[in-house]
Amino acid sequence: MGKWTRRGFVTAGVIAGGGFIVGVAIRPGNRTIELSSLVAADDEMLVNSWVKIGADNRVTAIIPHCEMGQGAHTSLTQMLADEMDADWALVSMMEAPAKAEYANYPLARGFLGGFDVPAVLSPTVNGIFLQATQVMNLQITGGSASVRATGVYGMRVAGAAAREMLLTAAADAWQVPKAELTARDSMIVHEASKRSEPYATFASAAGRLTPPAEPPRKRMEDFKFMGKSMPRFDIPAKVDGSARFGIDAEVPGMKYASIVRTPVFGGEIVSLDDRGARDMAGVRDVIDLGNAVAVIADGYWQAQQALAKVGIEWDTKGNDAATTETIFQQFGADLDSATEREAWQADRELGDVSTAFAEADQIIEAEYRVPYLAHAPMEPLNATAWVRDGICEVWTSCQNPLGFRAEIAAALDVDDETVIVHNAYLGGGFGRRAQGDYAVQAARLSAAAGMPVKLIWSREEDIRQDNYRPAVMSRFRAALDTTGRVLAWQNQYVDKHEPAEAPLIPYAIDNQLIRYTDSPTHVPFGPWRSVDHSQHGFFTESFADEVAVAAGQDGYRFRRDLLKDLPRERAVLDLAAEKSGWGASLPDGRGRGISLQYSFGTLVAQVVDVTVSDGDVRVDRVVCAVDPGFAVSPDALVAQMESGIIYGLTAALYGEIYIDNGAVAQSNFHDYQMLRMAESPAIETYIINSGAPWGGAGEPGTPGIAPALANAIFDATGTRIRRLPVKNYDLQFRIHEPEEVV
Amino acid sequence: MIELKINGQTRSVEADPATPLLWIVRERFGLLGTKFGCGISQCGACTVHLNGVPVRSCVTPLAAAEGGDVTTIEGIGGDGLSALQQAWIDEQVPQCGYCQSGQLMSATALLEANPNPTDDDIDKAMQGNICRCGTYPRIRRAIKRAANPGLARVQRFDREVTHG
Repeated sequence: MGKWTRRGFVTAGVIAGGGFIVGVAIRPGNRTIELSSLVAADDEMLVNSWVKIGADNRVTAIIPHCEMGQGAHTSLTQMLADEMDADWALVSMMEAPAKAEYANYPLARGFLGGFDVPAVLSPTVNGIFLQATQVMNLQITGGSASVRATGVYGMRVAGAAAREMLLTAAADAWQVPKAELTARDSMIVHEASKRSEPYATFASAAGRLTPPAEPPRKRMEDFKFMGKSMPRFDIPAKVDGSARFGIDAEVPGMKYASIVRTPVFGGEIVSLDDRGARDMAGVRDVIDLGNAVAVIADGYWQAQQALAKVGIEWDTKGNDAATTETIFQQFGADLDSATEREAWQADRELGDVSTAFAEADQIIEAEYRVPYLAHAPMEPLNATAWVRDGICEVWTSCQNPLGFRAEIAAALDVDDETVIVHNAYLGGGFGRRAQGDYAVQAARLSAAAGMPVKLIWSREEDIRQDNYRPAVMSRFRAALDTTGRVLAWQNQYVDKHEPAEAPLIPYAIDNQLIRYTDSPTHVPFGPWRSVDHSQHGFFTESFADEVAVAAGQDGYRFRRDLLKDLPRERAVLDLAAEKSGWGASLPDGRGRGISLQYSFGTLVAQVVDVTVSDGDVRVDRVVCAVDPGFAVSPDALVAQMESGIIYGLTAALYGEIYIDNGAVAQSNFHDYQMLRMAESPAIETYIINSGAPWGGAGEPGTPGIAPALANAIFDATGTRIRRLPVKNYDLQFRIHEPEEVV
Repeated sequence: MIELKINGQTRSVEADPATPLLWIVRERFGLLGTKFGCGISQCGACTVHLNGVPVRSCVTPLAAAEGGDVTTIEGIGGDGLSALQQAWIDEQVPQCGYCQSGQLMSATALLEANPNPTDDDIDKAMQGNICRCGTYPRIRRAIKRAANPGLARVQRFDREVTHG
């Protein structure tokens, strides 16, 4: 049983039921100068890291996550304000500064170990994860973790603790039993004596109390803001042009930089001819960063024009022969080799697969592939840096301010404390903005040029210098008996990343063997919305459909039968099927497909309707049933489902980063195609609050859409999509065969 | 010195006439609501109105705007919000928000030319604007809401939820 320590600034503890408290309690007189100057005015005090109460009775939630449209700033504030019984009109938020005190430990714990740790082990495990995250310097927004980790284990606990402390302080001040007091709309009320005072009256006294180790949290039926779709804080500024993104940073005297990095990953500059560029109007400097060249000029367009005039010879380090084909040949060879050598790492071994295959009446096999994908957030990557007087100040938009600070400090060989990162709104992240390469470049350019520099990547640079969603090859075998029952499921694939459970299936199949081997390439990779779920969701839910077809069963009923011990999964699947009108016969050229995915703590079932004509696929409608345990902001959850679906559909239909001569062949939106308004389907989302532990929202909508689409295309055409993207297929619809008349 | 009107004000600027209007608007006039997205008129994030017509400012040279009338996102609401901007809030359209200035500029031009657009009209007018967050369904609803103030309000803040 942990308590919030009163010595340091980082406090953490465990509460009954496996809950995890992480917070920063700031004792008056013992706060860091940095923190107080950033988050507290003279007449304010910090009650703890996640809540501040001003003399004006305004409650400010301090959110250790960035806002990239997922609504975390608002949802997390709802969680805090609800537990605090705050008056919503007096509630606002601010994003936590990039300080170590705000590292979000629960997130790392979620990534590294899941949330379900036996209570008896919790103190130890938490200690380990605390250390791990301190080392990793995390302040990441990712893993769909804001609500389910920071919200549940941070904001709600902090809000409840603040409320308890205010009640205790008021009871002391009025000399009445605490049980006679209520907290309501940012007021402490004593009914018996008809007294009521704003929270602020007691804030400083409350701040001197020892925080309760286990502040009581509200029951669901008492929620006031949680479960309501509160208007998002960030939206008004996003309709009148006043929202400020990283690219909008303005620093006195700043110049603009355009950059190009070696097209073949891993390459370096051999020679540089910048004579033409240096003479051009507005050009201030041409800088060689070893693996990249940048031009700094008075205006961005001038920098771009001049960069195009720089002659660069690159060393490709022997990677210039790689193509997407050679990479998939390598994957295939490594899978064959792992088979020969029996050199696998297992995700799941259940029962006895070889006996099941030996006894099978029918065996089906398939090989699936997905290509590399770029993230392509709308706001091109950018950072403004000013290295001066022993400090490096950086203005950017990123998913990991503390990680960026550490990366920049390492690159400049300075202490973390001398790097200050200001984080603005993100014009999209999707995982790309968790990696600090662009901010490091900006800092190095400012250091080299001796002036504040705003570095903006061109779209071409964004497409060609990403950390890509990895290409994956995945092979399946399934064994069926004479009745169509599935005896065994075998899945072997190349290259595993996170989360570990992504290739696992929920279906009750007695014999399962799921395993992988490594096959590294020279192509840099990184997390892409829903990470490994985005590939394995497509693989497993497409192959499940193949098995259903082989068993002569309908894709929905086939799944349902294999979920009989998983009522939550069944309920989500049933709701999607029901709302979609599953089972109705469709005219020729139309098809319907279903999928089920569990990712980031949230269950999603999707049904896609397509029309195929003249070889083209049109997605008409998507029905999405989602069980996040509890929807903190139902409309924000719906928005994230819509967003995840369109992001995933774009990838499934069009997404392909093709490697040619060791480099990326695509360059901009004309050849890295995006879904647009006219191709955007009608989307219906239905929410189930099952009461299960709360799950994420930003990513779970993405992984199930590609298989639901592929299954719908199979239904319409008889063509099984085993290699994305769909645009590479020449599809013709088939004539639906009439039911056999007996 | 090149002179043009921007959001009703006459401004002049000393710059290479080939400079894309986007960078003049952002760097020289400090109007940061107009965004850079692709540089080749593929995404629409930089959309402004030139003499009432939506153009991609990333490929529109300053010379083409000489003596012209340019409107940016900062200029469409007057003193408050336009009906479209209000509909964007009512439908909670933006997510990351980066493309939304461009989306609003295209939608504003659509409604000025066609006060009651069909779905096909919306598809055509908005086809040049990419949104990576996938706000298209909400953009469509917001345009319809602005076009039909009498339209029944979607109960956006009171969604139905099944309790399992």
